[in-house]
Amino acid sequence: MNNTIEIKELSVSIEGRSILENISFGLQAAGIVCLLGPSGCGKTTLLRCIAGFEKQHQGEVWIKGVRVSNPAHQLPVEQRQIGMVFQDYALFPHLSVADNITFALNKQSEKAVKQRLDELIELLSLQKHINKYPHSLSGGQQQRVALARAMAPRPGVLLLDEPFASLDVELREQIARELRLILKQDSITTIMVSHNQLEAFAMADVIGVMNNGQLSQWDNAFKLYHEPETHEVADFIGEGVFISGEVINEKEVKTEIGNIQSFAAHGVEQGKKVSVLIRPDDILHDDDSRMTARVRDKAFRGAEFLYTLELESGVRLLSLVPSHHDHPINEPIGIRLEIDHLVIFPEEA
Amino acid sequence: MRSAFKTRNIMLVFLASLFSIPLFVVLGSVLFPEKQIWAHLYDTVLFDYVGNSLSLVIGVGVISLLLGVIPAWLVTMYRFPLSKQLEWALLLPMAMPAYIIAYSYTGVLDVAGPIQTSLREIMDWQYRDYWFPEVRSLGGAITMLSLVLYPYIYLLARAAFIEQSVCVLEVSRTLGCNAVDAFRRVALPLARPAIMVGLSLVVMETLADYGTVQYFGVSVFTTGIFRTWFGLGNSLAAAQLSALLLVFVVMFLYLEKRSRRQARFHHTSSRYSALMQKQLHGGKALIALVLCAAPLTLGFIIPVMFLCDWALETYLVVLDKDFYLLLFHSLLLAFVTALLAMLLALFMAYSNRNDGSLINRFLVRFVSMGYAIPGTVIAVGVLIPFAWFDNTLDAFLRQHFNISSGLLISGTVITLVFAYLTRFLAVSINTVEAALVKIKPEMDEVAKIAGLRPVSILKRIHMPMMRGSLLTALLLVFIDVLKELPATLILRPFNFNTLAVRTYELANEERLADAAVPALAIVLAGIIPVIMISNSISRSRAGHE
Amino acid sequence: MKKIILILVLVLIQQTSFATEVNVYSARKEALIKPLLDQFTDKTGIEVNLVTGKADTLLKRLEIEGKNSPADLLLTVDVARLIRGKQSGLFQKINSELLEKTIPEYYRDNANEWFGLSLRSRVIVYAPDRVSVEELGSYKSLTDKKWKNRLCVRSSSNVYNQSLVAAMIANEGVEKTEQWAVGLVENFARKPKGGDRDQIKAVAVGVCDIALVNTYYLAGMLESSQKAQVAAAKKIKLFWPDQQGRGAHMNISGAGILKAAKHRQAAIQLLEFLVSDHAQQWYAKTNHEYSINPNIESSEILESWGEFKADKLSLGLLGEYNAEAVMLMDRAGWK
Repeated sequence: MNNTIEIKELSVSIEGRSILENISFGLQAAGIVCLLGPSGCGKTTLLRCIAGFEKQHQGEVWIKGVRVSNPAHQLPVEQRQIGMVFQDYALFPHLSVADNITFALNKQSEKAVKQRLDELIELLSLQKHINKYPHSLSGGQQQRVALARAMAPRPGVLLLDEPFASLDVELREQIARELRLILKQDSITTIMVSHNQLEAFAMADVIGVMNNGQLSQWDNAFKLYHEPETHEVADFIGEGVFISGEVINEKEVKTEIGNIQSFAAHGVEQGKKVSVLIRPDDILHDDDSRMTARVRDKAFRGAEFLYTLELESGVRLLSLVPSHHDHPINEPIGIRLEIDHLVIFPEEA
Repeated sequence: MRSAFKTRNIMLVFLASLFSIPLFVVLGSVLFPEKQIWAHLYDTVLFDYVGNSLSLVIGVGVISLLLGVIPAWLVTMYRFPLSKQLEWALLLPMAMPAYIIAYSYTGVLDVAGPIQTSLREIMDWQYRDYWFPEVRSLGGAITMLSLVLYPYIYLLARAAFIEQSVCVLEVSRTLGCNAVDAFRRVALPLARPAIMVGLSLVVMETLADYGTVQYFGVSVFTTGIFRTWFGLGNSLAAAQLSALLLVFVVMFLYLEKRSRRQARFHHTSSRYSALMQKQLHGGKALIALVLCAAPLTLGFIIPVMFLCDWALETYLVVLDKDFYLLLFHSLLLAFVTALLAMLLALFMAYSNRNDGSLINRFLVRFVSMGYAIPGTVIAVGVLIPFAWFDNTLDAFLRQHFNISSGLLISGTVITLVFAYLTRFLAVSINTVEAALVKIKPEMDEVAKIAGLRPVSILKRIHMPMMRGSLLTALLLVFIDVLKELPATLILRPFNFNTLAVRTYELANEERLADAAVPALAIVLAGIIPVIMISNSISRSRAGHE
Repeated sequence: MKKIILILVLVLIQQTSFATEVNVYSARKEALIKPLLDQFTDKTGIEVNLVTGKADTLLKRLEIEGKNSPADLLLTVDVARLIRGKQSGLFQKINSELLEKTIPEYYRDNANEWFGLSLRSRVIVYAPDRVSVEELGSYKSLTDKKWKNRLCVRSSSNVYNQSLVAAMIANEGVEKTEQWAVGLVENFARKPKGGDRDQIKAVAVGVCDIALVNTYYLAGMLESSQKAQVAAAKKIKLFWPDQQGRGAHMNISGAGILKAAKHRQAAIQLLEFLVSDHAQQWYAKTNHEYSINPNIESSEILESWGEFKADKLSLGLLGEYNAEAVMLMDRAGWK
């Protein structure tokens, strides 16, 4: 067993309802994985099951080569050597920041405790807050304290439940990147849960997309975006629309807006009808192009506009266009298709 | 807005002054030193008073902490046989006046009582042949008071535990705490403000007790005050003794406040999930059951059993028209006082919250000290100014209008209710304040922005959140008034008796059997509100509502 | 909601009306006096309004209420409190032939401000199987070393003990009395606990062999509805102390009419009723007290204890020495 975390065929049902079905994955030491999915997909239950707050009726959880739970026997939470950061941090209001952080270290020598405390304070930039109490800290500061507290005993795995939910939106991405650095620096294996893709992209080495209690795809961000394996994953990750197409040959698909080539064989039979994923960055604005579409809606995003375009057939597309091209609604604009990754799914009957 | 602010302030000052009158009378007595009496007291009994009072307070404090906190935790976090019933049953001793349980146990365990008598008969022993714990002693007094007062701590601890965020407890487990550690290092410290409030109530009740210590022959401040006042006929010295007693109380309150100062206990988690209770099995379940059942059995079931036994002997004689009138008076008096106390406490607590100026805070704290003054002292502290008022008014009217108004207020129920309020406002104020502390000021701000006026904020946001605590405040005062003795003895109007007075008189006449019926009536009257409270606490966990 | 409270509060306020009635502050427990008062009402039609409480607290209340006090009559269970009332100037002089005729003068105030209504004595009770009559004598003899750990007495905070000590001071002086008290305390079998009935039970059980109690307690226990009490009382015997000397210590329950009384006539009527033969017989038979009227017969139980010599000390002195008595008992360590 080389993986630090190993989940085998984990299934959890609560009050007769199936929450998790046959989840299996492994995570290497110091790896960071994000379980990504919409609300209700079961990701929090999975986290809690690994922590030991929920019980599974099938499957096993292994942490650092030790089987911590199976349906018959679960190691108590306090013995699993996990660290957890809750969505609202749950700092101990009656303890100072320093005491919060060293909470789990009460059995160690004073020297060892001081050393670890200094390390973490340095790592998380908490020098100014050591003696403060939680109620006087900002959200971001509380998060760092909660993190330091969870990391202090060097847990086998760190579990983060929607860690950015309570933070200001603009800061999230930046904080996510900083957090990633910190976790890498301390070499902590981390499982994070989120419904927000940008955070997942910024933080994780690997992302597990979950839907309805099942693991849809386990891949890095790039692949998830450009090579989604199922319709749902494609739908969930990034933005885009599906248009219908027909397979011409093993590397080419015909669509309303043109023929699309792929590098590798896509594996679908000739002549079959397929859904083709068109991302906003696949549609370029080209004044010289003969193909036009009408602007139906536009969303200003600072650097770009996200245009909702409508073809004559009524099919709608999304296009990301640099924002100094400000076209009014209903104006037709020229577009050009430029797809590097062809993503198609056979159309269901 | 400004005028409302000012009116409220003035009202607060007025109320606080009004209820501080007895306190001022007592403290004012210090200005007239009585050297001779104090020399005598110092030579003979003063150290007894101090020493015994201190021992009593420490003993009762420690034991009621144990009896209150541990079952509160067990019943909140775990499920074991009878745990659901024990939730509310553990509050039952609160309905029992301390001196009643003292008389009951004395009747049972005393040297002439059934247990020792049977013991001697069976073993063929004489009095000096064996050792048996003496009920009527300092130790006995400590036990009796603890058994009857622990529910205050249990009540508040349980409310605190229920309202705790599950997340904080779960987090502590991820940080290596097992169940006991989580309790000791997280749950307990977080519940400390509530527990301390309970403890201060216990301490003040202990220092104010008269019936139990008098019967057991323990010399403490209250018996000393009575003795000095009536035995030596020196009201001034007695008032001064009361002032000394108050010093102790103030010291204790100060220590309690200081220990609370740094860590603020706003909830840091706004997320609540249902508290999942863990099912206990086998040996653990048995231990839990015993630990919870013991206080209940000793503090309620056994005494009540004996009371019922005695009541069955005598009820035909005791239950007459007189008795029902007695019942009615007692209940009405208690209810009206409790309601007034809660309203006043709300007013004061809110004034403090909205304008926490030093003066306001001080005034409210000052009023709360009424709890520490023994009922008798308050009664006289109330009687003097009221009678003065009446007499002055009467003289004035006589002089100018040739009418005599006689005694308007003194000798009526108003005096009695006023004395009760002076004594028991502390209970309401403490409870209401503890509840308000948990409501973040930000909530008020949100509501204000949404356009709600302060009264609406109170009604629509605070009330539901504080319902459990308000009911607690109401109940505590209701039961306290029902049980109150010394002030009632002194101040009650003609032909007006209460259950407590009747019980005390009969018990003191060593007619315990006859006292059993009114005693039981007090207990029964107190039981239903007890259950109501317990239910409302369990339901007040935000998450259920 | 507020209206309801107001109404309720008003309901609780009672007005004293000025019809034919008399207001009594009584240190006698309700059960011990109310039946008699009810009989008075039946006979005369005058309503009696009653407030009970400890004499000390009633006195305090009367002092404070001053001339507006609603009380007409104060009933006490011992003489010292009556005297304190007189010293506070609470009572008024009553000239009543009936009262003067019926009550011996050492049992009433020489200025006619207070009157004894019934008598009781503080006597020695003993366990006949452990103590023989010959060993007993006077109150003073109780300090004899042979009684070490064998004596039970109730607390010094009780008025009956205070009066006993006050009488001793009046008879013997402070110094000798203090020595006596010290000697007494040294013989205590246990720290003072409980009331007189508890002392009787203690003797019955064997905690101690002798005790000091009031006569009506012993009588009351012999007629108690609780079997345990009867059994205990039967085990002990009564001894009249100081028969060779001054006689047994006496005390009275009594009354005075207040200066502030609004129903003077009715109060006098009540007082006269209480010394009437009818009332005195009730005192004797039901409460087992000795009648203030030497001509009235006592109850059977009392009769069974025989004639005795009573200390004819003027009871007025007991009140004068009360405060001194309390301090003396403090010094002697009598808790």
